Amino acid sequence: MPIAHEFKYLKAKSLKNAFALMEKHPNYQVLAGGTDLICAIKEGMISPEAVIDIKGLKGLSKIKLSNGELSIGSLVSYSEIIESRTIKSYFPLLKEAAEKVASCGIRNRATMVGNICSAVPCLDAGAPLMVYEATVVVEGKDGERLIPIKEWFVGPRKTSLKAGEIVKEVRIKEPALKHGIAYDKLSRYEGEDLAQATVAVYLDEQNNYRISFGSVAPVPVRASSIENLLNGKALSAELIAQAKILVAQEISPITDIRATKEFRLHMCEVMMERSLKRAQMMLGGK
Amino acid sequence: MKTQIAFTLNNELRKMDVETNQTLADALRYLMGTKSVKCGCERGDCGSCTILFNGKSVRSCLILALEADGQEITTLEGIKKPEEEMTPLQEKLLANNSFQCGFCASGMIMSLTPLLKKNPSPSEEEIKEAIAGNLCRCTGYEPIISAVKELAKENRQQKEKSK
Ligand SMILES: Cc1cc2nc3c(=O)[nH]c(=O)nc-3n(C[C@H](O)[C@H](O)[C@H](O)COP(=O)(O)OP(=O)(O)OC[C@H]3O[C@@H](n4cnc5c(N)ncnc54)[C@H](O)[C@@H]3O)c2cc1C
Repeated sequence: MPIAHEFKYLKAKSLKNAFALMEKHPNYQVLAGGTDLICAIKEGMISPEAVIDIKGLKGLSKIKLSNGELSIGSLVSYSEIIESRTIKSYFPLLKEAAEKVASCGIRNRATMVGNICSAVPCLDAGAPLMVYEATVVVEGKDGERLIPIKEWFVGPRKTSLKAGEIVKEVRIKEPALKHGIAYDKLSRYEGEDLAQATVAVYLDEQNNYRISFGSVAPVPVRASSIENLLNGKALSAELIAQAKILVAQEISPITDIRATKEFRLHMCEVMMERSLKRAQMMLGGK
Repeated sequence: MKTQIAFTLNNELRKMDVETNQTLADALRYLMGTKSVKCGCERGDCGSCTILFNGKSVRSCLILALEADGQEITTLEGIKKPEEEMTPLQEKLLANNSFQCGFCASGMIMSLTPLLKKNPSPSEEEIKEAIAGNLCRCTGYEPIISAVKELAKENRQQKEKSK
């Protein structure tokens, strides 16, 4: 099927060239893996005048860990995240989440940065990046900006990226303490489906907790009331029961084609309990 | 407006004149004649347009034909060795009667081929993961999975014998 809408295809030769192209064609869309963008153009959701392909840009395809900080370039695919030894060893939450995205044939193209740029509420990368307190590095013709992930997501399909800017990389500081993690995704069937709800959990040896939910609010949520309750305390059945009561305050799920709000709320409680226990087991070396 | 691109298709250097808004699936079918590439859902859900892009399985319905410029593309037509009639995977699928209507077959094979290259004896879980994004509406997947399991078992035995 040819695409009904016509557009110019421009391949950026450098970041500077990309900024110039964006200025010349204000109604542009950046193209990375294309798994969201091509769908959106086909379905008539967007009609850009120009599609600017950034896959030829140098220096955006690396996964690097140096001085305790991880950098994931914006052209790194989900498959590359899954295969990375660095990510497996030091940022396993990202690997767990990446494995839950779509199918192999999509993950071989789809980038994590494209995922957070599309910023649909059901995205898989949201909760893990909130838990890791990631920073999004963007650049435009006036220079670079560092955006903390909690300020990145503004609303459904809305981010704090400005016109004329490109995301270069996502940075994450390596957690200093020994810790356990868990990611859980609820979907209608195993295999390939978008999330009904997601939860990401981090728990360290000094009983610091970080919990984030996705697909149950307009943007990924950091559950601070639950973290405040848990911080400094060892996990127990009683504590988990108290934490579960707070979930309803933190999230605002809706009923849609994939699930009802009641089911989403209930499953967030269940998945948080499972994830806390799994993170604790990992911390204990099991 | 048409643009000419040059790329490798099934180990041959090829050129094609493509429209900006033409998908790679479309160009491969109608300009290159590689009809194994099926256009199904057109949104990455069904897997019937799966090809190898620089050796990796991808959905060609979500790629612009222009993106193939300078790249290496493999379709079902290009996976067998010259001396073979078909690949061992295809032999096994045939012997097991794995497909009914056959619409999903080339996509399934293109998703399984890189898996078997990396790991000639995958587990059932790994087989299922490789075809998680390939829909089959006839068979219920069982005869496909069991054919690959059979091949995996034979490959494992072969390897043990040669030790
Ligand atoms: C069949 C199918 C299943 C899917 N399943 C899942 C799933 O399970 N979970 C999930 O979270 N998502 C899923 N998705 C959505 C999609 O695959 C992801 O959102 C993917 O990560 C997008 O990355 P991309 O590189 O393909 O982005 P593209 O489509 O190239 O771009 C997406 C958007 O981000 C912008 N963009 C991309 N890179 C940059 C950059 N560096 N700077 C500025 N803007 C940029 C683009 O302009 C565009 O607006 C699925 C999609 C399909 C088709």
